[in-house]
Amino acid sequence: MSWECVIGLEIHSRLLTESKLFSGAANAFGAEPNRQACAVDLGLPGVLPVPNREAVAHAVRLATAIGADFARRSVFARKNYFYPDLPKGYQISQMALPVVGPGSVECALDDGSVVTVGITRAHLEEDAGKSVHDLVDGSTAIDLNRAGTPLLEIVSEPDMRSAAEAVAYARHMHALVRWVGVCDGNMQEGSFRCDANVSVRPAGSTELGTRAEIKNLNSFRFLERAIEHEFARQVELIEDGGTVVQETRLYDPDADETRAMRSKEEANDYRYFPDPDLPPVVVDESFVTAIVEAMPELQHTRRARFVDALGVAMAEASILTSDRATADWFEASIAEGAPARLASTWLVGEVFAQLKRDELELDACPLTPARFAGLLQRIEDDTISGKIAKRVFESMWASSDTADEIIEREGLKQITDTGAIETLVDEIIAANPSQADEYRGGKTKLMGYFVGAAMKASGGKVNPGELNRILKSKLDG
Amino acid sequence: MSIIANRPLHALGVCDQVAALDAGEVSSVELTQHCLDRIKQHDGSLNSLICSDASAALAAAAAADANRQSGDSAPLTGVPLVHKDIFCTIELPTTCGSRMLESYVSPYEASVVSRLASAGMVTLGKANMDEFAMGSSNENSFFGAVENPWKRTAVPGGSSGGSAALVAARLAPAATATDTGGSIRQPAAFCGVTGIKPTYGRVSRYGMIAFASSFDQGGVIAASADDCAAVLHAMSGHDPRDATSSPEDVPDWPGALAKGGGLSGLRIGVPEEFFADGLDEGVAVAVRAGLAEMEASGATLVPISLAKQSLGISAYYIVAPAEASSNLSRFDGVRFGHRCDNPVDLADLYERSRAEGFGAEVQRRILIGAYVLSAGFYDAYYKKAQQVRQLIASEFDEAFQSVDLIAGPTTPTVAFDRGAKSDDPVSMYLNDLYTVSANLCGLPALSMPCGFDQDLPVGLQLIGRAFDEERLLRAANHFQQITDWHTRMPEVA
Repeated sequence: MSWECVIGLEIHSRLLTESKLFSGAANAFGAEPNRQACAVDLGLPGVLPVPNREAVAHAVRLATAIGADFARRSVFARKNYFYPDLPKGYQISQMALPVVGPGSVECALDDGSVVTVGITRAHLEEDAGKSVHDLVDGSTAIDLNRAGTPLLEIVSEPDMRSAAEAVAYARHMHALVRWVGVCDGNMQEGSFRCDANVSVRPAGSTELGTRAEIKNLNSFRFLERAIEHEFARQVELIEDGGTVVQETRLYDPDADETRAMRSKEEANDYRYFPDPDLPPVVVDESFVTAIVEAMPELQHTRRARFVDALGVAMAEASILTSDRATADWFEASIAEGAPARLASTWLVGEVFAQLKRDELELDACPLTPARFAGLLQRIEDDTISGKIAKRVFESMWASSDTADEIIEREGLKQITDTGAIETLVDEIIAANPSQADEYRGGKTKLMGYFVGAAMKASGGKVNPGELNRILKSKLDG
Repeated sequence: MSIIANRPLHALGVCDQVAALDAGEVSSVELTQHCLDRIKQHDGSLNSLICSDASAALAAAAAADANRQSGDSAPLTGVPLVHKDIFCTIELPTTCGSRMLESYVSPYEASVVSRLASAGMVTLGKANMDEFAMGSSNENSFFGAVENPWKRTAVPGGSSGGSAALVAARLAPAATATDTGGSIRQPAAFCGVTGIKPTYGRVSRYGMIAFASSFDQGGVIAASADDCAAVLHAMSGHDPRDATSSPEDVPDWPGALAKGGGLSGLRIGVPEEFFADGLDEGVAVAVRAGLAEMEASGATLVPISLAKQSLGISAYYIVAPAEASSNLSRFDGVRFGHRCDNPVDLADLYERSRAEGFGAEVQRRILIGAYVLSAGFYDAYYKKAQQVRQLIASEFDEAFQSVDLIAGPTTPTVAFDRGAKSDDPVSMYLNDLYTVSANLCGLPALSMPCGFDQDLPVGLQLIGRAFDEERLLRAANHFQQITDWHTRMPEVA
């Protein structure tokens, strides 16, 4: 029998806000333990939560980006359970009335195919603190810096059928949340993490099998491997006559396997109820309108514009719109006068290669969009050839000079004067009489030899088009 | 003319003390010392305070006197008061009447405490209370029961039993209090003093340890309505740290009372259900006599029916424990409060810390609350109770179309003896029969003394429209102009 894998993802993205979801403490990563936890985060007796408007604004941004409804009225609820890193004994989340309603996204796979993934809902919730088990011998240490940081949990429909599709969706959402500025996407710091719900069913069946939930996957590679292993485990289990139980599992990247964490029988009854400390979140139209109007052009719209309006190749446009900073840099260079197609090819090719070699991000690129545009303009107007341009580019990378300064200083201006090229060609033919005879005898492949010799003699500065034309007329003539 | 005349200092209420201080007849240090002396003399047996700090109070009083000297005084500068031990204070411990917080000192201060300090009031100490404000007799305090100053074997009511008893015994002119199902009004009634629970959202809950968040409301107990108005005015107003706090403007209640005026034109609804079975005859007689006084002053008594009120107790004793079960989860022995000795593992830490730290009534309500919220029971209990709450609110809305206030007894009986109901929680809960509705609907309500039954004070309750504390206070103030029940003081030998 062949089996089909069914996957749904819950993505927790930490929102980019100054302060926490319900307190004034800073929402930043990496501080000394418990230095970013105020009385509210500690759940001291008598404290009360006050919702952060900016987190609600982020939810509006996400809803807009995935074409989902944004609830004008949403309700915070308490999810009750005891754990030492959960200070109040409950997590403030949303249950019956989430802030973001159904939407969907289309995600491209590496092979060019597209999977459409429905998004059931997204809701705001506060994160818990962290239990650190290996810091104090024989004890568990608690760091509450993370307690109360704002999360948007994005819940998908079980619309993915392979680990590759799940990864494509996760990558798509990762790019999207960063694109609209709601999350920094830093997976090492846990700003973007996934829980995967995985089940199997006989191919062709429309019923869902019993699912296992694999928690806290914080890299795309772990996500892929965890799903593949879980799929294989469930298939093997069923084929051996067993049944899958609904449970929470953890992926262990060292052992490369998933392990049971707790089963449904041991699961908490979370006793959800509306949080009486928090009135429903009601947003008016002007709040939503102001946010929607300030939204950046979305990724897929911008990619389409690059292709349709600027003539950029689709593959390059995809790379240029992989994040907003790259697309902005590209468009800044065009604003400085760079020809779009040349800018696209050079940015995706030379610039990215150099950045990679120097282990730099685009925001630390030694070239400004203006200097970059200056170089491309000299290619476009035939001042220099593409080959010379690479030399100029190298010099620009190591200095703050403009392309024109380098061309001038190093005398790299292309020779386009017909008379000068004719003189050069005459000299080359004269210096290579036997090759000229062979060419004229039918060995036309020798054209390349003459071109190379002329380039060598001129230091690469001859306009290649002119050189070819003149060489051909002199040899043939 | 002398304000004090030949009265003892403790006979002076908040407003009288302000007038005497303004007139230079007395200093804050003298008033504070007088309160401290009375606390020392009488509170040994009364047990209305959990702690007090004489030197801090005298220092604050001296500072208040200095401020008055330099012309830098606020409306209540130099008047002493006691805070219910549910409000977080930095200098004094905050126990909430529980072993769980026996030695807890808050690192931050409740908004109510800050506001009253800004208004110039001098904190004497912290008032005893039922543990986590759960109780109607003040027998549930880890720090011992409070005596009713009118009859030492009787309870003072609860949960603000300490606040009511100490005002009745004139150990201080006023005390803060909180009311979740009647916890200001019922003890005020039992102790013969005046207590007001304002509209939900009027007084910030920040720093007031939560029992049931959607019901809890801070207020004040004092000898009279004008004293309540003065302190409540200083406590009220929007607080950005409490998302449920109301942005409504706070009217000038003391100014409104100063204008006087009778009760003519006031329509007072008298629900027949408030005088039905379960009400002691002696209480009914005193309350009806009080209503007759108001009618004689120009008010119109309108018989009304509030048929859904009887559902209030059931709805309250589902939703309030549900919220409490969650609110009290933070007391887990991990970060603050009581922690059991030598826990063997996490479950043991939780179980023993909470079993040792919480008293029986608190544990009972946590269990009820967890039960009604649990999977499979939520719809039948919690959700249904919230629907009942809506029904009761609609009934009030309708009643307030034709009346301005609703009046009746505060409690079915006068103060009962300690131990009389402590083994019968349901009978104890029925004490809240007439008071819970105001909490279910967030309405302002007040209790004032209107007579005696079996030599114990009887309370008359007034319930008003949301944010209409002014009408409650004016009616009560007028009643106290024409009667003297509020000036009666128990013998506290």
